[in-house]
Amino acid sequence: MNEEFRNRGQQGLNGRSIAWSRWGAIVGGSALAVYGLTRRSKTGAAVAAAGGLLAFGGSRIPSEPASIHAEASFTVNVPQEEAYRFWLNLENLPRFMSHLESVRDLGNGKSEWVARGPLQMPIKWTAQVVDKREGQWLVWRSEPNSVLPNNGSVQFRRAPGNRGTEVTVAMQYMPPAGPVGKAFAKLFGKDPSQAIYEDLRHFKQLMEAGEIATTVGQSHGRRSAKIRLKKALMTDYRPKPAQSAVRPQSQQPQEVAS
Amino acid sequence: MKALCWYGAEDVRVEDVPDPKILNPRDAIIKITRTAICGSDLHLYDAYIPTLEQGDILGHEFMGEVVEVGPAVKNLKVGDRVVVPFTIACGNCFFCQEQLWSLCDNSNPNAWIAESLMGYSPSGLFGYSHMTGGYAGGQAQYARVPFADIGPIKVPDNLPDEQVLFLSDIFPTGYMGAENCNIRPGDTVAIWGCGPVGQFAIRSAKMLGAERVIAIDKVPERLRMAEEGGAEVINQDEVDSVLTVLRDMTANRGPDACMDAVGMEASGHTLPYLYDNMKQKMRLTFDRAQVFRECVIACRKGGTVSLPGVYGGFVDKIPLGAFMNKGLTLKTGQTHMMRYMKPLLERIERGEIDPSFVISHKLSLEEAPRGYKIFRDKQEKCTKVVLDPWATAKAA
Repeated sequence: MNEEFRNRGQQGLNGRSIAWSRWGAIVGGSALAVYGLTRRSKTGAAVAAAGGLLAFGGSRIPSEPASIHAEASFTVNVPQEEAYRFWLNLENLPRFMSHLESVRDLGNGKSEWVARGPLQMPIKWTAQVVDKREGQWLVWRSEPNSVLPNNGSVQFRRAPGNRGTEVTVAMQYMPPAGPVGKAFAKLFGKDPSQAIYEDLRHFKQLMEAGEIATTVGQSHGRRSAKIRLKKALMTDYRPKPAQSAVRPQSQQPQEVAS
Repeated sequence: MKALCWYGAEDVRVEDVPDPKILNPRDAIIKITRTAICGSDLHLYDAYIPTLEQGDILGHEFMGEVVEVGPAVKNLKVGDRVVVPFTIACGNCFFCQEQLWSLCDNSNPNAWIAESLMGYSPSGLFGYSHMTGGYAGGQAQYARVPFADIGPIKVPDNLPDEQVLFLSDIFPTGYMGAENCNIRPGDTVAIWGCGPVGQFAIRSAKMLGAERVIAIDKVPERLRMAEEGGAEVINQDEVDSVLTVLRDMTANRGPDACMDAVGMEASGHTLPYLYDNMKQKMRLTFDRAQVFRECVIACRKGGTVSLPGVYGGFVDKIPLGAFMNKGLTLKTGQTHMMRYMKPLLERIERGEIDPSFVISHKLSLEEAPRGYKIFRDKQEKCTKVVLDPWATAKAA
């Protein structure tokens, strides 16, 4: 991966716009909170809460936008070519990458990506495959002026002793300044590589077992409030049901011939 | 459906919960005809296994009838009568291909929890905490079985449930424990723990050619059952030192192999036991490892220690010096179920063993909370509880 990719996303951002969005959020949010509290109604409370969150979010906007770099490797028990071909069809990516909603092939190495942003808000960009070698690697990057500049690569190497293929993924996102970018960064959790690592685990499961192991949707007894809260707060790497292999036939991405 | 749910230490309840449904293409739904309480469930009952959550459905020994299969399950059909192994395996990963089924790479959706504790994750298990997958268990009327094309084994109609149910865990687990003893003809094997796994280990060690099996426990009816299985027995409460008795019984050679079929809740009255017990009560450790320590000291030089007993976390005061200097071998692991189910079913079919000998109590699912209590406290001469999920509770 070259430095040019990494720096591309930083262009077009300047310190002044960050400072404005930060103070805008703090002042505006605080005003909303005060207004909401004076209403003394349910709606008022909601407005106050939203205002409070905005102000709090504003106070936490960093003065410099941080890029998110994540890298992870996993051994997958299939031949290099098979793993490569599955990845080459980028439309397969949302099946195992938890932050992606969809990828649509536009032809000529171009593809349209939709990520799940904060509050499930879709974030869309177009990416271009910039380099590939059959069975070995694939490199892509978002087109200039994307909302969420990013680039990524995947490498496939033969694992020693017929253990299959070592797959290494590196991804870099340059979230825009402001609360949306910050919230997007948060989707990756404290350790972005961990998210990629879990995505790769799901890739391995799809390739080897044909499905991603899950317990989402299974039966259980009554959960205590504490457990429900814990589940709501913790970073959940488990694939959503629609994302594991069960999905309507019409949406089933093209299977790789094996 | 009705299911036994865990709510805390000594708090398990039968509750109405939603019926399970197919979640993945390789799933099947089983209508459970018989299920059992395992000795390892008692570690959950006593809340010594981390990452259980209130509302979890317990149980990993079950069998029944296939009522629904996912689109990718080709070898089972509705109506098949199957026994389900307690370990879940995909059949395609490196470990499954090496027949190390309980180490499957792809069946634990919470592998990251196990990785944080153990480095790498073992396979998913039914009803045995979220670290090993958090799969809903089989002490229920129905269960969802993932990778149903790999695990469940069809059983012939002429064998009653009670004879084949224990292919789900304790018979293969006892057998693998014995296999892990590296038995050569003429060997002497000492087995700590005459619970159900110990009982099957005694009989399996004999099948594998052990000349003598010495079984250690303190519960009279379990020792009697061990004797019926061909073991010489030591009642640990009636001797000053199990180690001395073992030394005398083997004329100062020591057993060729020693098996810890007890695990993390060992009992005793020695100083190390009191130390472990105090630490466990203070939640400073999950495990009381007294039996394992005894195995290491008791074993002959160059011998083998086999560990089918369940441990959860970190243990100290292990006589590692003895272990190293005596050149011992340690073999352990959750049972690689799919290796053993078919050959052991054939042994049952040939009449070489009737696993139902171990059953002391047949209860309804409603009575399961009582079953846990009497099994844990070894009341009513309880050695093994089998549950019928569809029977109505007998009037007390």
